[in-house]
Amino acid sequence: MEFEKKLKDIEIKIEELKEFSKEKEIDLSIEIEKLEIEKEKILVEIYKNLSSWEKVSVARHPKRPYTLDYIEQIVEDFEELHGDRLFKDDPAIVGGIGKIEGNRFVIIGHQKGRDMESNIYRNFGMANPEGYRKALRLMKLAERFKLPVLTLIDTAGAYPGIDAEKHGQGEAIARNLMEMAGLSTPIIAVVIGEGGSGGALALGVADRVFMLENSVYSVISPEGCAAILYKDAARAQQAANDLKISADQLKKLGVIDDIIVEPLGGAHRDHEMMASNLKTKVLEAYKEIKDLTIIELKDKRYEKFRKMGEVNQEV
Amino acid sequence: MGIFSINKKKYATLKIEKKKVEKKVEPKKTEPNITGSGLWVKCPGCNEIIYKSDIKKNKMKCPNCDNYFKMSGKQRIELLIDKDTFEEFDMDLFTKDPLKFPDYAEKIENAEIKTKLKEGVISGVGKMFGMEVSIAAMDFFFLGGSMGTVVGEKITRTIERGIERKIPVIVVATSGGARMHEGILSLMQMAKTSAALDRLREKGIPFISVPVDPTTGGVTASFAMLGDIIISEPKALIGFAGPRVIEQTIKQKLPEGFQLSEFVQECGMVDIIAKREELKKTIHRVLDNLFEI
Repeated sequence: MEFEKKLKDIEIKIEELKEFSKEKEIDLSIEIEKLEIEKEKILVEIYKNLSSWEKVSVARHPKRPYTLDYIEQIVEDFEELHGDRLFKDDPAIVGGIGKIEGNRFVIIGHQKGRDMESNIYRNFGMANPEGYRKALRLMKLAERFKLPVLTLIDTAGAYPGIDAEKHGQGEAIARNLMEMAGLSTPIIAVVIGEGGSGGALALGVADRVFMLENSVYSVISPEGCAAILYKDAARAQQAANDLKISADQLKKLGVIDDIIVEPLGGAHRDHEMMASNLKTKVLEAYKEIKDLTIIELKDKRYEKFRKMGEVNQEV
Repeated sequence: MGIFSINKKKYATLKIEKKKVEKKVEPKKTEPNITGSGLWVKCPGCNEIIYKSDIKKNKMKCPNCDNYFKMSGKQRIELLIDKDTFEEFDMDLFTKDPLKFPDYAEKIENAEIKTKLKEGVISGVGKMFGMEVSIAAMDFFFLGGSMGTVVGEKITRTIERGIERKIPVIVVATSGGARMHEGILSLMQMAKTSAALDRLREKGIPFISVPVDPTTGGVTASFAMLGDIIISEPKALIGFAGPRVIEQTIKQKLPEGFQLSEFVQECGMVDIIAKREELKKTIHRVLDNLFEI
């Protein structure tokens, strides 16, 4: 990543020193340790002041943990479930049942691939209608067996393709929004990477909504916004800033409940710690809402979204 | 059989007419700006130069070839609601510009001047052949009918009025989608309106969605596709992603007629396509068959 250039330089230096000391059998551990401390200082400095656009590249980092990585880290006895029972199984959304520290959960999330082959299989994490319908089917399953739902959001957006349109992409997303609003079981949503517009929101109507520190959540991609409003896709950086898409900005706007801290230098540097932070927050939230009656829960959920977007009234 | 064949012959003259209509249906050309200055406009359907006020008098259709022009929100209310029965609500709501988005305040001001509206939707209560309904009609001429906080709020209130008064809810949708200038809060209007519709559904009150040309993006992906019954007009573009976005993604041209209401109906996403002059009657008939106030 461009803004990590300073870091890259020092990492190369450390590597060189290590190799040199091995080759010549000289002990350079003190020098190396000094550089490591220096590196950490730089990391802190860089990540303390990330711009929105820099956060976009952290959120899209190819080594960032994805839904299945979290499942592997924090879910016991996970069983993946497939298909929307209407048309097909969409690998861009994964879902299943399992336990988080003994608590049964239905877990659903967008799934990106890590290399070209798996990305083609996962359609780059951009779901088709059947993906959203699978998600809904699993949420209804959760409702039936009184299981809480955890959704992990990480998509550039719903897929804009011919078949997606034919099969009712708009309808599939819309239905999820309505059904999630009325689902009779707790829902916790976490934006773990990219929260891309309607395709993200289709898993995002929840009792508690969290974002990872460096994730983004937006009505349109910065590139798309720049192309339409500024007639210049190259001005994405400015659009990222203007759109207010970072976790701290969304918390200020009252759209999310809280921010989950990432390991120093971003989630991609330490999957284990990231998963552990996420687990702690999810269980904490679950504890807060699990004893509410269904009516209380749904009323609160309604109020939460009802008050989003205050307006002025002329007097 | 004999009578049948005579009838067939009788209809033969009609057949020619039908062919003519079909011919006109296919190309969907960009619409000239009917709200702009000038008294005349070239109809994209028949390429004739038409007097604008003749189009306005004819429910915004070309008097020559029946090509549909966009209607404003106000015209939609006039089309669907009995004369002198419409009571407008929430007309004084306006945006807080929550992101202080560059140039947005100015854009709103220009849209206000152009449309004489405060926002992109008109909402209220009125009668349809005597039946009381809660109705909202979006206005494409106000920033492309985009949904920001005010549009979302007004549509939510329209739904809530239906719940309070136990009357059917109708939303005429036409929109480019969620409004970028209000960022994530525009996106959240999709959740807000859909949540309100969940409550309406619980109360057993019908919601008729009327997506008209064009309805795309976040509006399609929320209330517009959640009608108990979905009624559109001929040749209306209805989709999630806009045609240009899809073409850029798949790097090929879209088939003709793709995303037009007839095609969308074939895909199973629209119940009824009603001609503009039949729209009010159709909605009323559907409501009357569904529901007793």
